[in-house]
Amino acid sequence: MMPTAQRRLLFLLLALLSAASVLAAAAIGSVSLGWDQWWSALTGPESEFGELVWRLRLPRAAAAWTVGALLSLSGCLMQVLLRNPLADPYILGVSGGASFAALCGMSAGVAAALSPALAWAGALLSILIVFSLARGEGPWSGTRLLLTGVVTASGWAALISLLLTLGPDGSLRGMLFWLIGDLSYAHLPWWALFILIAIFIICFGMARSLNVLAMGETTARLLGEPTRKLLWAVYLLASVLTATAVSIAGNIGFVGLIVPHLMRLLVGSDHRVLLPASAMFGGLFLVFSDTLARTVLAPRQLPVGVVTALLGVPLFLLLLNRARVKQ
Amino acid sequence: MSTLASRNLGVRIAGIQVVSKLDLAIRPGEFWGLLGPNGIGKTTLLKCMAGLHEAAAGEVLLESRNIAELPRRLLARHIGMLQQHTVYVFDSSVLQTALTGRHPHLGYWEREGPRDFELADAALRAVDLDGFGERSVTGLSGGEARRLAFATLLVQAPEIMLLDEPTNHLDLRHQVRMMGMIRKRCTEGASGALAALHDINLAARYCSHVVMLFGNGDWCAGPTLDMLSESSLERLYRCPVERLESAHGPRFHPVSR
Repeated sequence: MMPTAQRRLLFLLLALLSAASVLAAAAIGSVSLGWDQWWSALTGPESEFGELVWRLRLPRAAAAWTVGALLSLSGCLMQVLLRNPLADPYILGVSGGASFAALCGMSAGVAAALSPALAWAGALLSILIVFSLARGEGPWSGTRLLLTGVVTASGWAALISLLLTLGPDGSLRGMLFWLIGDLSYAHLPWWALFILIAIFIICFGMARSLNVLAMGETTARLLGEPTRKLLWAVYLLASVLTATAVSIAGNIGFVGLIVPHLMRLLVGSDHRVLLPASAMFGGLFLVFSDTLARTVLAPRQLPVGVVTALLGVPLFLLLLNRARVKQ
Repeated sequence: MSTLASRNLGVRIAGIQVVSKLDLAIRPGEFWGLLGPNGIGKTTLLKCMAGLHEAAAGEVLLESRNIAELPRRLLARHIGMLQQHTVYVFDSSVLQTALTGRHPHLGYWEREGPRDFELADAALRAVDLDGFGERSVTGLSGGEARRLAFATLLVQAPEIMLLDEPTNHLDLRHQVRMMGMIRKRCTEGASGALAALHDINLAARYCSHVVMLFGNGDWCAGPTLDMLSESSLERLYRCPVERLESAHGPRFHPVSR
């Protein structure tokens, strides 16, 4: 177990790095800012580059951080919920519903500003479908939830493919970017940050229960958890986190799967450490990825989902290999 | 001090009648052995007594209150169960796992304090796992994992211990130590225990009482020495059994005819 002092140091470090990543992202881009320009822009929104920093880069970086944190937290919860290390935020079809609804809007030519609302509606529909079909009578069944969710997700995937095939050519590119995950038009809606903080506080409070739950449903019941209620609560919380993330930035892959694993390798499996560490690392990982996505091939912008995978795969394989050597 | 009792209990699983009209009381100080052939429903009966399996008839009572109506958290402070298997999907340290025994005793936001760490350390020492605290649970041998699960139960410190084949995977020394620890906790008045066992001689040596499951809901229960006989064991296991006298009381061996 991690000693208290070490834990606090880790949280402080991740918080500082998070703040630094967002501020650094404000300086980097097609117009690169020097120290002076960066500082005067940050301190004076009215200055020459103030508009650029305060209206474009900072909101985008803040959105990236929030989405990364939402997805990583959701990934942690889904992995405990399904007791499956392969679970990710999208596995139970929440993102499928969200994407389908958002893409419907795009192909129908609905204003882009409405995409998040449509995505939220689609996610909610998918959550309700899976929840009511998997719930049933009798004891909790993780397998039933997993199968219901995965099959629902496949259904959405088929509908999305249909939409891509039939949709107007003009909107295809936008749709594709949404499906890969893209922060180009992202602005941080405050409600997303509010949802992140609220759910984080709830989850942090039940972190010890999550530790017990990770040992299996029966063990958790024997140690005093009303597991049926707890598991459905975890399902709903994780789904809301995913829906919020997807409605802002589309299906950014990989973050929600890999960040919880990376953090388990680094800090262990105690959720009182794992949840805050994953949220903060997920946030700063996505800020970093997004900054790369808009600068590497500038002036072309890549969808950030491509970069998360390209960065995350080698990083994860490296750490996994090192962990094995250590054992 | 609590008594866990069943009243007129009927337990069924998958069309099998495990017991019918079972009246059993595990009082403080009593160490019950639960004997029966494979697949007769020993685990299901234990789960029913722990409130994990719904009774088909009758009720299970903790101090005259039906356990089906008690919140899990309260139950977990009084009843603990060592399951037959423990599977760890996510890695964790030995100490952290032992500390989960304190879960029902701690509040929502509460962290483990020095007292909880002391309890966990003492339990790990008791099962010969001192120095294993920082080891990963996925790297433990079968016997070590078994002892860790038992240590977690000791940390939970329930008044009623339900144990599903506690000596599985254990070497001779640890079998005897574990059975001795369970009996000691019972006779010192802190606990009652009910343990599913396949080793008749461990039951003969350590258990104060025995309950036998014959199938079709038939059962019999009573003090160990009254219950264990060549004829009852032959009926139970459908295998000829020979009784030998030892300095520590009767011992039973299967014989091939």
